[in-house]
Amino acid sequence: MRFLPHTEDDIREMLGAVGAGSLSDLFSHIPSHLRKETPLRLPPCLSEQELLLHLSALSGSTAHSGSFISFLGAGCYDHFIPAAVDAISSRSEFLTSYTPYQPEVSQGVLQAIFEYQTLVCQLLEMDVANASMYDGASAAAEAVLMAGRITRRPKALLSRALHPEYRSVIKTYCHGQMEIEETGLTKGGLTDLLSLGRLADGTTACVVIQDPNFFGLIENLGEAETIIHRAGTLFIVAVAEPISLGLLRPPGSFGADIVVGEGQPLGNPPSFGGPGLGLFATRDAHVRQMPGRIVGQTVDKDGKRAFCLTLATREQHIRREKATSNICTNEGLVALRSAVYLSLMGRQGLRRLSEIILDRTELLKKKLKRIPGLSFPFNAPVFNEIVVRMKRSPEKLVSALLKKKIIAGLPLRRYYPELKDCLLISVTEKNTPEDIEALCKALR
Amino acid sequence: MDEPLIFERSRAGRKGYSLPEEKLRTKPQDVIPEGLLRQDIKGFPEASEPDVVRHFTRLSQWNYGVDTGFYPLGSCTMKYNPKINEEAARLKGFALSHPFQPEELSQGVIRLMFELSQFLAEIGGLDAVSLQPAAGAQGEFTGMKVIRAYHEKKGNPRSAVLIPDTAHGTNPASSHLCGYQVIQVKTTEKGVLAPDAVSQAMTDDVAGLMLTNPNTLGLFETNIKEVAEVVHSKGGLVYCDGANMNALMGIARPGDMGVDVLQFNLHKTFSTPHGGGGPGSGPVAVKKHLRRFLPVPLVVKKGTKYALDYKLPDSIGKVKAFYGNFGVMVRAYAYILSMGAAGLKRASECAVLNARYLRERLIPYFDLPYDSPCLHECVFSDNKQKEKGVTTLDMAKRLMDYGFHPPTIYFPLVVQGALMIEPTETESKETLDEFIEAMIAIAKEAQENPDIIHSAPHKTKVSRVDEVKAARELILRWTPKAQDHKIVK
Repeated sequence: MRFLPHTEDDIREMLGAVGAGSLSDLFSHIPSHLRKETPLRLPPCLSEQELLLHLSALSGSTAHSGSFISFLGAGCYDHFIPAAVDAISSRSEFLTSYTPYQPEVSQGVLQAIFEYQTLVCQLLEMDVANASMYDGASAAAEAVLMAGRITRRPKALLSRALHPEYRSVIKTYCHGQMEIEETGLTKGGLTDLLSLGRLADGTTACVVIQDPNFFGLIENLGEAETIIHRAGTLFIVAVAEPISLGLLRPPGSFGADIVVGEGQPLGNPPSFGGPGLGLFATRDAHVRQMPGRIVGQTVDKDGKRAFCLTLATREQHIRREKATSNICTNEGLVALRSAVYLSLMGRQGLRRLSEIILDRTELLKKKLKRIPGLSFPFNAPVFNEIVVRMKRSPEKLVSALLKKKIIAGLPLRRYYPELKDCLLISVTEKNTPEDIEALCKALR
Repeated sequence: MDEPLIFERSRAGRKGYSLPEEKLRTKPQDVIPEGLLRQDIKGFPEASEPDVVRHFTRLSQWNYGVDTGFYPLGSCTMKYNPKINEEAARLKGFALSHPFQPEELSQGVIRLMFELSQFLAEIGGLDAVSLQPAAGAQGEFTGMKVIRAYHEKKGNPRSAVLIPDTAHGTNPASSHLCGYQVIQVKTTEKGVLAPDAVSQAMTDDVAGLMLTNPNTLGLFETNIKEVAEVVHSKGGLVYCDGANMNALMGIARPGDMGVDVLQFNLHKTFSTPHGGGGPGSGPVAVKKHLRRFLPVPLVVKKGTKYALDYKLPDSIGKVKAFYGNFGVMVRAYAYILSMGAAGLKRASECAVLNARYLRERLIPYFDLPYDSPCLHECVFSDNKQKEKGVTTLDMAKRLMDYGFHPPTIYFPLVVQGALMIEPTETESKETLDEFIEAMIAIAKEAQENPDIIHSAPHKTKVSRVDEVKAARELILRWTPKAQDHKIVK
């Protein structure tokens, strides 16, 4: 077995040194009725070549954005990833290292994460960010719990246009700890600010709004902020597609108190839904309530700039049950990849990319409008996703288009019964004008 | 030889991106109100691709990974990360598939998840598995949520959980997140849980016991079956933190010891890389009667088809969007298939042999607080060296000068000045001997030349980092003005 260096001679020598006769002697103190007498029932081991063959067969029988034209989004977005991102993140000094608890031998990871934290703050226009959480959904849940700790209020109000899986995760995390309420939606698919105004009161810790929302619509964060802060509640914004921030005014500039998001679109492949990257940022005033690891800048004994993990008194390894969260391992390498991606895209690139995506979405809209039998329930501006209403069953439509190697979008019935005749179609820069034409041709 | 921050390398007008040059038809201000548009991303870097690549490459050179050298962090299981796993995760069907694509197009990936679930159930001796938790701590949270749901369904969630004093900090933190009070149970002078200590604490108001086996002292909880019976007799459930499963694969199974819920750490036992702090994966395995509470969707097989089953009315819901860290699952799946049952057992045997060997060779030089036979890790203290004013922290820093990453320090809390060493099975005898020599040299230095240890490390990129200053004067990001954005206490 090529991963195990021990020869029979090594084993004999070492057993001799510890005074054991055989390897099973090492376990003789385990009560015999607890020891497994028979081998584990697992498949026979495969050689490297056989393994790759087997995995290639599994991969081969799975569709992907290279073999199908895909218009799926809904919280997971397939963008082009520059080659340099893989090249850097596969360096084993990054890949095979542990959490940087020993700063003197981990300055590489620490500085990279410090840069990541800065990039997140700049992108979201917030004061301070952590070193990552698991994904956008669990980051949103932790933000709600954080708001509960800060305000000491028992309720959280979620927009019904917040990603359904984010709402589900928030409910799971908050069960038994905080009460969850949902705002209504306007006929136009936006968070109903009137219902928001009615529901947000002195018992509400926070309001969570996604922007652009699950239907791709750009929310009115300015108006929302006024209502939310008037009730003394914290304003939490969730950004499921952070590429939108190349073009859209960031949540921080609207006065958000906590901003969370999904960093997967920033240089990470869809990977069947994971790993993701939980973006998490807040204001200076709340830093001590923020969960997760944080890298800080300091100096070494000789006065040289150095980086280390800091404010550990919030974390589980110090505070245990009094910690702000139980999180330990987070998404270090994914954050590193996003830092590399954002450094490559930079100030101009992210803007240009989001303009391209907006352009493609507008092209799709224009072409869809010409197709009989399709209508648009929502008319507010969108960035990269649109909801389309149809006479046929969206599920049957999606199924039919698979034969043309097109995945047309996500039928909304599973999440919004009132939209059971609707499809959510998403666009990234990987959807060329030819792809869009192919979709529209197939829809006619 | 320093590397500035990427923002300090930035120069206005430099480009590191490549995008289609096509003329766009849409002007943003024509479709989006001006007030919702962004003017600029202030402070974002502008660098060429060579700048960026050189920047991060230089940073990587000041970082130590398992591929660089011995990384004996206790309870972290820093074993070799097979390179074939990286190639596997990059296969297009795995990397570029979307979680919401129709199931008929995703049979390969769903099958992988189904089979991995089965492997883990078999290795742990339990019945049903959720792959959804993104890390060990989230696995603990999920498992404790399942336990709470079980009690809620019976009409009383109960209010407390028993946790031994040797537990990893995530255990009480996860319990607290589920709304449980933590009652600490002391381990004996032999370093394990005693049935009567658990008996005294176990009441009708205790939802269960969270333990780790082997525990964080590297010792097998020899009374686990009796302890489990005590907990079950009062209607409680037993949660096992599976972080230390590397000691037991093919040797013993928590499910056979009375454990009801177990989480695995794929990034420990199953060789997936730690990545500088993740991504991990913390699947949870449960006994049959708890399957109904697991997060949705469950991965099932219906005839010859693999599917995602959302029909679980008693489910605790979801802990993460989509299905879990699939990219990490691919690597663990590949590892298990590479090793097979005999390989996994041999891995555990060699992991324990390595730890036992280290322990034996270091006993003459370092204080060993618990003398029971250790499994995959051993814990020493700095009692012998403290007499000369040398602490565990000092020795950890001095080890860096010898080219090693230090072991885990100051954990578990039951040992003052703990030094927790877990070699793993992928280290050769020669590496262990080099490490032993370094430790012996440091023990000698502690007697004869303590100053060189106090002032360590000397040979690293930076000298000892002022962590106190970092917490007192918080600089948590770069800003353009004098590159300081200080939050002073």
